[in-house]
Amino acid sequence: MLILLTGLLLGGTYTLIALGLTLQYGVARIMNLANGETLVAACFVTFWLYTGFGIDPLLGLLVIGPGAFVVNWLIYTWLMQPLVKRASNRGMLEVDSILATFGLLFLFQGLMLQAFGGSYFNYEFLAQPFSIMGNSFGLNRVVAFVAAAVIATGLYVFLYHTDRGTAVRAVAVDPRAARLVAIDVRKTAAFAFALGGAITACAGTLLSTFYTFNTSMGVIFTMKALIIVIMGGVGDVRGAVLAALVLGVTETLVASLLDPGLTLAANYALFIVVLLFRPQGIFGKRPA
Amino acid sequence: MMNIPRNELLALGAGLAGAAVLAFLPLVTEGFWLSLSVNIMLYAAICTAWALFSGPTYLVSLASAAFFGVGTYSVAIFIDVLPFPALILIAVVAGALLATLVGLATLRLSGVYFVIFTLGLAELLGQIVTWVQTNFGGTIGLYVFTDFTETHLYWMLLALTVVVFVTGWLINRSRLGLALRIIGNDEAVARHVGVDTARTRVILFAVSGAFIAVAGAIMAPRYGYITPDAAFNPMTSFLVVIMALLGGTRRLWGPLVGVVPFTVVMDFISGHFPNQTAVIMGLAFLAIVYVLPDGVTGQLETLFRRRRSIDKSLPATTAEEGR
Repeated sequence: MLILLTGLLLGGTYTLIALGLTLQYGVARIMNLANGETLVAACFVTFWLYTGFGIDPLLGLLVIGPGAFVVNWLIYTWLMQPLVKRASNRGMLEVDSILATFGLLFLFQGLMLQAFGGSYFNYEFLAQPFSIMGNSFGLNRVVAFVAAAVIATGLYVFLYHTDRGTAVRAVAVDPRAARLVAIDVRKTAAFAFALGGAITACAGTLLSTFYTFNTSMGVIFTMKALIIVIMGGVGDVRGAVLAALVLGVTETLVASLLDPGLTLAANYALFIVVLLFRPQGIFGKRPA
Repeated sequence: MMNIPRNELLALGAGLAGAAVLAFLPLVTEGFWLSLSVNIMLYAAICTAWALFSGPTYLVSLASAAFFGVGTYSVAIFIDVLPFPALILIAVVAGALLATLVGLATLRLSGVYFVIFTLGLAELLGQIVTWVQTNFGGTIGLYVFTDFTETHLYWMLLALTVVVFVTGWLINRSRLGLALRIIGNDEAVARHVGVDTARTRVILFAVSGAFIAVAGAIMAPRYGYITPDAAFNPMTSFLVVIMALLGGTRRLWGPLVGVVPFTVVMDFISGHFPNQTAVIMGLAFLAIVYVLPDGVTGQLETLFRRRRSIDKSLPATTAEEGR
């Protein structure tokens, strides 16, 4: 039970990371391998705001979210749009965007390494026990989970109950058909990419409240996000939530019962199962 | 029998002659230059092997470090019980096996799955090796003691590079190569004319992975003490991708054009500015995507062809061009 709850709490943050990535890949069609670097950058900014200026990480979200939105919007319009225009088909865009975001990954990682060095960071925030069903958890973990749930619910309401959100989903389904119903595909894609970046950054802020982070951990989180997105089905919000919780629980199970050094192996085991049995995602339909 | 075009025979001859000249290098130089040459030869072999698969399929493999590590560990585990040539053979089998397993799981699906899967593969294997060694083996590292000098490593890597090139050339001439070109042009067409696209890719990936594992096996004596972090260093995978794409993957010798300058530059940077390597790699990736999408050789070829087509439009040369 303890393991299950710890896993679910962790899964909350994973959900946000994966939602960010699924917006970027599912809607804007950019396989953003620098997604993890956005997350790590948010961790460091939160750390800097908290230790330097005493700004509460939860308040920090209000700065970091919009900040990441602007940065990601600029990345999309300056760097990704030329690739979208150049690509003759989706496969070409995939290769180009993978290589370009690789460049960004190393560039950001290198710059952060210059600024903060390679050591591990953490800070104390709400480090008090909080008990759920007789087990005690760090209050910071619980708060992070609740905040993640609020943000994810907000995104769900936006995507499924507003016009703008419907436009985003339409582009995810078929960009060409979306144009026929007067949706500005280019603008919507840029918006979705920026929104995805903002959500990933929020996940980073929440993660930093209870997790020890360093400059080179971005790739691992990108990997986790990718596995969740594939498991849940690209562009599928419900699938991503469920997959993130499954991943969180599996990781915690393996870490506490076997060895904490095998979490990546646990991720891969899930990945392989998904690839072999449900490559189209948990709720996805089998392609004809 | 085999009908080999004249220009390919010439290229083959030139390549073998070049390799023969390069074989004399350790006799005239040593120390720093020789060890730099070992690095260049190492990446020449790995990048060409990488391009065997990733060039025609357009699937970016990030598994090079995984194959390299598997090769290194093939040597580290069995060095005390078996002779070195047998270890190379083990590396071949292990590399091909790993590639086949990864290929069977991912190459039936769309390309992204493959890229993602290979992205974390080296790290995964490193974690598993660490776990096995801490729980069952006692120590984290393994010693590899041999009598090999840098000169021996250089010769072995040169031989490997030659074998990779010859294999690449043979593949191009075979049914497998033809199937690959069709897949590269249009996968739907390939399926309709009866090419088993998944099987073709898996076979090619296994060939490529086996060669990279051999490169790792050859390099094991240089490390002396093998740890998972060094053997499965993900950086290897990224450097390989940059170098090969920088040179261009349209031609068999394309990656070489990227390997030589980039190895020298990386050696200089990691020696003088070790903290800047990530930034430089980032910029290199961006430069490839935005400035040189076909690599140096691809770019030159395009320029050359444009020149030719201008020449063609002149009436005086049309007769010669119409062979």
